[in-house]
Amino acid sequence: MKPDPSLLEQLDRTWRDPPGLWGFLTTVDHKRIAARYIVTALLLMFLAGMLALDMRWQLSVPENTRMTPQLFNESFSLHGSTMLFLVSVPLMEAMAFWLVPLMLGARNMAFPRLGAFSFWLYFGGVLTLWVAHAIDITPDLGWFEYPPLSGPAYSPGHRADIWAQMITFTEVAALAASVNVAATILKMRPPGMTLARMPVFLWAMLIASIMTMFSMPAVMLVTSMLIADRLVSTQFFSVAAGGDAVLFQHLFWFFGHPEVYIIFVPATGFVSSIVETFSRRVLYGHSVLVLAILSIGALAFGLWVHHMFAVGLPRLGNDFYTAASMAIAVPAGLQIFCWLATIGTGRTWFPTPMLWILGFVATFVIGGLSGVMTASAALDLQLTDTYFIVAHLHYVLIGGAIFPLFGAFCYWYPKATGRLMSERWGKVAFVLIVGGFNLGFFPMHLLGLEGMPRRVYTYPAHMGWDMLNQIATAGSAIAVTGGLVFAANALCSYWRGKPSGADPWGGSTLEWATASPPPAYNIPFTPRVDSLTPMWNGGAPLPALDGIAIDTREVLVSSVTDAQPLYRQKSAGPSIWPLVAALAVSAMFIASIFTPWAIPIGALPIGAALTGWFWPNRPRAKIGALEAAP
Amino acid sequence: MRTAIVFLAVATLAGCAGIQSPLSPAGDQAAALHSLFTLMMIVCGAVYLIVLLGIVWSVLRSGTQRRFDSASGGERRLDRGLYVAASAIVIGLTVLIVGSFIADRALVAAREDDAVIVRITGHQWWWRIEYRDPASGRWIETANELHLPLARTTRVQLASADVIHSFWVPNVAGKIDMIPGRRNVVHLTPRRLGWFRGQCTEFCGAQHAHMAFDVKVDGQAAFDSWLARQGSARAPRRQSGRGASVFVQVCGSCHRVRGTEARGRAGPDLTHFASRRSIAAGTLPMSRGGIQGWLAQPQALKPGTSMPTVPLEPADADAVATYLETLR
Amino acid sequence: MTGTREFAIVGTLSDLPSSASGPRHLVWWGNIGFMVIEGTGFVLAAAAYLYLMTQASAWPPKGDPLPGLLWSGIFTAGLLLSEIPNLWVLRCARAKNLAGVRWGTAAMAVIALALFVPRGFEFAHLGLPWHQDAYGSVVWLLLVLHTVHVVTDWGDTVVLGAWLFTHEVGDDQFADVEDNSNYWTFVVLCWLPVYLLIYWAPRAL
Repeated sequence: MKPDPSLLEQLDRTWRDPPGLWGFLTTVDHKRIAARYIVTALLLMFLAGMLALDMRWQLSVPENTRMTPQLFNESFSLHGSTMLFLVSVPLMEAMAFWLVPLMLGARNMAFPRLGAFSFWLYFGGVLTLWVAHAIDITPDLGWFEYPPLSGPAYSPGHRADIWAQMITFTEVAALAASVNVAATILKMRPPGMTLARMPVFLWAMLIASIMTMFSMPAVMLVTSMLIADRLVSTQFFSVAAGGDAVLFQHLFWFFGHPEVYIIFVPATGFVSSIVETFSRRVLYGHSVLVLAILSIGALAFGLWVHHMFAVGLPRLGNDFYTAASMAIAVPAGLQIFCWLATIGTGRTWFPTPMLWILGFVATFVIGGLSGVMTASAALDLQLTDTYFIVAHLHYVLIGGAIFPLFGAFCYWYPKATGRLMSERWGKVAFVLIVGGFNLGFFPMHLLGLEGMPRRVYTYPAHMGWDMLNQIATAGSAIAVTGGLVFAANALCSYWRGKPSGADPWGGSTLEWATASPPPAYNIPFTPRVDSLTPMWNGGAPLPALDGIAIDTREVLVSSVTDAQPLYRQKSAGPSIWPLVAALAVSAMFIASIFTPWAIPIGALPIGAALTGWFWPNRPRAKIGALEAAP
Repeated sequence: MRTAIVFLAVATLAGCAGIQSPLSPAGDQAAALHSLFTLMMIVCGAVYLIVLLGIVWSVLRSGTQRRFDSASGGERRLDRGLYVAASAIVIGLTVLIVGSFIADRALVAAREDDAVIVRITGHQWWWRIEYRDPASGRWIETANELHLPLARTTRVQLASADVIHSFWVPNVAGKIDMIPGRRNVVHLTPRRLGWFRGQCTEFCGAQHAHMAFDVKVDGQAAFDSWLARQGSARAPRRQSGRGASVFVQVCGSCHRVRGTEARGRAGPDLTHFASRRSIAAGTLPMSRGGIQGWLAQPQALKPGTSMPTVPLEPADADAVATYLETLR
Repeated sequence: MTGTREFAIVGTLSDLPSSASGPRHLVWWGNIGFMVIEGTGFVLAAAAYLYLMTQASAWPPKGDPLPGLLWSGIFTAGLLLSEIPNLWVLRCARAKNLAGVRWGTAAMAVIALALFVPRGFEFAHLGLPWHQDAYGSVVWLLLVLHTVHVVTDWGDTVVLGAWLFTHEVGDDQFADVEDNSNYWTFVVLCWLPVYLLIYWAPRAL
């Protein structure tokens, strides 16, 4: 049956935001929050990409003096910090924010206000880094600022503080987001979606969130220690007072390595969704894919030392870390097998999202294989900190995560906007980006093997690196052009694209059951799930349950393993408090760059904001009578 | 596939690569790593080929499917394929892990008994190099140019005076970091005569790009005589003249020329400056023009270097340059 | 490929309760999530302590005094004893005993406040400032990290108590009391390994 229009109207009244600016500032709609994340991160990706192009220009000829070393060092620091902390991870969180409730047939995230808080705080981190850049306090020591170089003795001024505090912002935001995503997936699944019937995408987002919870505290801790060394003269990393510079590297990479998989694992979720839909068959090896993601998540915590082989740690550990690092190839290889097997045995068609998947496999595997090479403790001594690593990390992050993300963007774009992107321009962008990327980054493997170190602002003419650098620059320029075509396509299609309808691709999961773009309440009823691919039931009406309130914001909470409905939970409505709390936290973070007193003093407004946030909205107790409400 | 072929071609054409390249091994340690690299290229190249074939297979085959029927034997065939793939990956990795293990052990296999002992300290942005004189046991200091005897092992002790640097002579051995408060060791056993180049590979601040050094592999006799000359001080009576006195006065607080009043320790030891191949840690070639340029505007050539721009009268600058040229 | 999919209503959820307690409750899982994060923080800080300890030739370094046992002992005993009323509040919350959670939460707020006294002396009796050496830094790090948790939960308890006394209390608020109580247990449990590390590792190892 079609839902009754008066029911939809009532739902819309209950769930829509207040109009205008106030609605903008107070919204807790997961779709609006995710869209903000995505727009901000894509804008930053463009800016950081321009920095990259600028650096490529500088390196296209030897002994170039166009950029000063200071400017070059700032550029790669800003590029790396932005791409890792402000683009990749937030984009993946945003995709989870946008898609998870829709794929669950739920009305919102588990903690709607926490979601809004995450975004505002992330945005504070963005402003911290880029406003500091605008007033020339740009961090200039790379995306991992090793002490003692980043310590008080060698980096006076506030550049390193800005970097460290930007991390605090984004990590608090990411931690809050990951708790939110994990709780949503674990506790808000529709009846019937047992863990065994959970789409790979949701598994990927769940694992990535749990990995975030275990890894990001490390970077928060280590940047706090760095700030303390700089601000209140603690001695964590100063050798003269018993500190140890390598401690920083251990803690940083205990986060830094899982970070790579926190970016890659959601991408495997995108790939799984896209491959299933366009192969028109149930994903081959669902449990293999899930187990692969789980084992990647577990292994990721056992191999941070492979970023530190040149530090000169005891040789005994080398073999262990080599084997553990290479072992990642097993789950990753099996995932690729499952996807290709699904494509090969389905009735597959290849519109733009699928092209991105093919581009992803062909490109990412190169990054995976160069990763196997660098995983060798011995061989890494020749490869680490050279352009080989620059090539490797971009193949893994761009080929392995950003290509699937572009595919996901094209795949879910009609769901978000109600319009299709142009296939023709989509293909043009695909060819330019994948071609330009490979042309730009493949030569960097060779540059590394010919001895060119990372993070050099120039190089001598007689080293024979000129030609490969020029090719790399040309390739980057082509890829950036492709990126502009992609963005133009997305923008034009927003107004002029063909209307897509609710389910243009014949998708397999629940987000395709609702209208495009989805209404504020997401879906009129609570669907009941009987299979991995609930939308593929031969076109019959979807079995669904009613009974979740329509006149107040309410969501269904179910049990963790078998998704048995447990109770109806009130869901928070629009509120200004997440923004106020984020402002209070931001003020404390920024002020603490200048004085440690900011922390105790700044805690007061934060406490006030949180009190306002959590102050429950219930009638006052009647004087005298101490009775529980019914 | 094309990329894989290019990759393989480069790996096999290693012989023509440069003076700062792991693909052109000129020492035992680099040779062991190069063999490992070749093994990796073969295994990884084969894997990549298989993946590309897999993509082609899946795209071509998908066009022939009428409708998917999971009840047929298709899934079971895929399961078998999965087991084959898993086993192939495990076997491939085992080969590589064993290869890596063997190469790792080869790096420490160098004989230690008659090793040449060298101490290298990283500074922002140059290298202090000290040889232990086997006869007297005293340390002979030089900078930014490392000489190694052919077919003998040199044991290099690495330290840092300020931030983390990394010592890398790719033609001879892999890199090891120089970390304040720690002492790392790398063994170098060169097998080919000639000039090579090393460079810092850990970002160490503004002039990380200009922190290189030259490496010369000599026969034993040539090495011995080079070391003996490096160990000698200048004869004081020949250190007169305007250039020498200006040098002591202006440069002597940071630089040392043994045998003279110039006793500074902050910058590189210049006792045999003109015998080196380059200036300022590989920034400029050693020549009259290079010396004059460096004296006149170090901050333009290597912005951020600790070498200040010293206001010298043109005649004095000229005299200092002439004097420096005599420090052979 | 056209409009939205049609639905067939096969049942209703309207008879479900509108609240739950313990692990059935959504917020319980959010609380667990943050405990995982903070617990990881404690583990890593402890790892940093042990790492610096293995790098040092003497621990504490020569010349540094051992941290005092008196006030830390009082604090630890007090913290452990506070678990008794805390568990009682938890029981009241589960039994939906209104007077119990009101007065119990108020008592917990007073108890946590009282614990700041020995904690303050504990800092004073560490015997060295944080900037003296890496040992001092990491000891202060552990103690500050734990104190922040005590302060946070105390603030939470005060606000919760104020609310409980002024408003009608429903199932969700009993669940809040339960979460607050669990969090206090978490703060107590985190302290024990930190206590052993700060006060007994330098003496025993």
